[in-house]
Amino acid sequence: MRILVCISNVPDTTTKITFNSDNTEFNSSGVQFILNPYDEVALSKAIDLCEGGKGTITVIHVGEASTEPTIRKALAIGADDAVRIDATPSDAYFVAYQIAAYAKDKNFDMILTGRESIDYNGAQVAAMLGEFLDLPSISIIKKLDLNGNKATLSREIEGGKEIVEVEGPFVASCAEGVAEWKIPNMRGIMSARTKPLEVLAAQSLETLSVVEKFETPTPRGAVKMVDAANVSQLVDLLHNEAKVI
Amino acid sequence: MSVLVYVEHAEGKFKKSTFEVVSYAKAIALQLNTNLVALAIGSLAADQLSSLGTYGVQKVLHVNDAQLGTFNAQAYTSILSDAAQKEGATVVVLANSFSGKGLAPRLAVRLKAGLASGVVALPTLLGAALSVKRTAYSGKAFAHVKLSGAINVLALNANAYPASEQPVSAEVVSLTSTAKASDFKISVKEIVRASDKISLPEADLVVSAGRGMKGPENWHLIEDLALSLGAATACSKPVSDAGWRPHEEHVGQTGIAVSPNLYIAVGISGAIQHLAGVSSSKTIVVINKDPEAPFFKVADYGIVGDAMEIVPQLTAAMKAYTQNG
Ligand SMILES: Cc1cc2nc3c(=O)[nH]c(=O)nc-3n(C[C@H](O)[C@H](O)[C@H](O)COP(=O)(O)OP(=O)(O)OC[C@H]3O[C@@H](n4cnc5c(N)ncnc54)[C@H](O)[C@@H]3O)c2cc1C
Ligand SMILES: Cc1cc2nc3c(=O)[nH]c(=O)nc-3n(C[C@H](O)[C@H](O)[C@H](O)COP(=O)(O)OP(=O)(O)OC[C@H]3O[C@@H](n4cnc5c(N)ncnc54)[C@H](O)[C@@H]3O)c2cc1C
Repeated sequence: MRILVCISNVPDTTTKITFNSDNTEFNSSGVQFILNPYDEVALSKAIDLCEGGKGTITVIHVGEASTEPTIRKALAIGADDAVRIDATPSDAYFVAYQIAAYAKDKNFDMILTGRESIDYNGAQVAAMLGEFLDLPSISIIKKLDLNGNKATLSREIEGGKEIVEVEGPFVASCAEGVAEWKIPNMRGIMSARTKPLEVLAAQSLETLSVVEKFETPTPRGAVKMVDAANVSQLVDLLHNEAKVI
Repeated sequence: MSVLVYVEHAEGKFKKSTFEVVSYAKAIALQLNTNLVALAIGSLAADQLSSLGTYGVQKVLHVNDAQLGTFNAQAYTSILSDAAQKEGATVVVLANSFSGKGLAPRLAVRLKAGLASGVVALPTLLGAALSVKRTAYSGKAFAHVKLSGAINVLALNANAYPASEQPVSAEVVSLTSTAKASDFKISVKEIVRASDKISLPEADLVVSAGRGMKGPENWHLIEDLALSLGAATACSKPVSDAGWRPHEEHVGQTGIAVSPNLYIAVGISGAIQHLAGVSSSKTIVVINKDPEAPFFKVADYGIVGDAMEIVPQLTAAMKAYTQNG
């Protein structure tokens, strides 16, 4: 079995998000970049599925050379080899196109992504990959079991879940819960330095979306405190002032 | 030219978010001075379909056959993209729901369309292109994205645009499916829905609680408060990690992002990862025994006190309010 896991490089979850003076670029100075948490869980799932020599895992990232620590982290957690498509990942369409171009003749049994990147939150790459590769795609899964060539997945729906079955290769985007997070051990960290990391040139592609500017949410006014001895005042405020009930 | 809106339903009933999406699409159709066409897939009664006219849909396309009863991203993409082309749609609107996230990206690739997901406001027209505001950085920011496809696809967040009635009479047209046999590689085995619960991502009112509730045995206080309001229940990540509450209730950066009218946070400290998923709520109420809890800094209303005492009092006050009002 061969599994491809797509990984993105994102600001740490505790990052205070700021932009440059004209709000056109994310201010990355002093920001710690990490492996996107959902991609980490997708990789953990792949490792579970391959346990005991049942398969190999390739991780792929579309990004610049500065992202290599994140790729090495994925290798340390347990991927066998890595590919970096050398480009600025301008949008999800561009990213999915590059990954599809790489994967199309490689016969992966399964392609896993995270449910979304925590920076652009597109939740687009998995389904786009499915479309580019003409494979079925299942977005936002919390469970994945394999039985021979047949996979059973549980995908999120509003107020519940949907259990689906698919035979043959597929793409799925993983949410928290699909596997336990794996922590790299010393051996993993040591071997990550020598595992293969192939760097490939990107295909040229005209994209149809571009971020023109960013905006931070307008701060809320000062908090209005209600005395614990007078809780019913809150109901009043919610009704008459906030008008939400 | 037209605007095409995909109308999602659950077991033959349109959801609140569907009417939001339709109202949003109608506003775009008015901006573009064109007609609004809706596409529904699966089993739906005639009166459901024609009810879309209430929200300004002029034409409803309905596609149904035995294979289309459950969601299938590939088949639905085939049907939707064919309809978009046939209707000369320049904008396609969907809900940024779980299924919408499976569908919109495939559709955008199939149509070679620009795509923005997580959209929260009407677009600005820039000639043939459009600029639209979407959430980014897990609720910590917004991005204004310019889309320059000949067709553009917008996936609208729940609770971002209010449903508004503007009745017209809707013509309902049945179409045969244009899905291909090769689209059906996935089979749906089971759908599990907690039918007595309010769907969290779409909820107007949310009561959420954290580790300050001490243990699952105290959650009846939260449930009672939610019931008195008609609110959905939610929780912080450590609470679902500990198994006190189901994972579906976990909100925040790595859980569900919500944007209700009212978010009541009980015994939640307000860690940055939690705030990421809830900060776009219209009104935030924080109940915490620690006056220094960071959550108060982003709240509209706060009560300092022991949740075990405050919450039952609030429930009683809510009940009194609903009985009198
Ligand atoms: C300098 C810079 C500028 C950027 N500007 C933009 C911009 O203007 N607009 C924009 O949309 N994006 C921009 N990005 C790219 C962004 O970081 C994402 O890689 C890309 O947009 C996909 O994000 P998404 O949220 O749509 O992906 P999602 O669809 O949410 O991601 C889902 C999954 O796809 C996989 N994935 C995502 N990105 C990658 C990747 N790069 N390589 C491999 N797998 C991946 C992961 O498994 C991820 O969990 C920029 C990146 C950089 C470094
Ligand atoms: C990568 C990553 C992703 C994460 N994603 C998420 C996420 O999506 N969602 C999320 O929620 N967290 C997330 N976290 C965890 C987050 O950092 C916090 O640890 C978590 O939100 C804290 O949960 P809490 O507020 O319930 O608990 P605590 O931080 O322990 O806070 C409990 C609060 O209850 C108050 N309290 C105690 N007793 C009472 C009482 N009797 N009455 C009233 N108040 C009381 C305390 O004063 C305190 O403020 C993530 C962390 C990481 C590293």
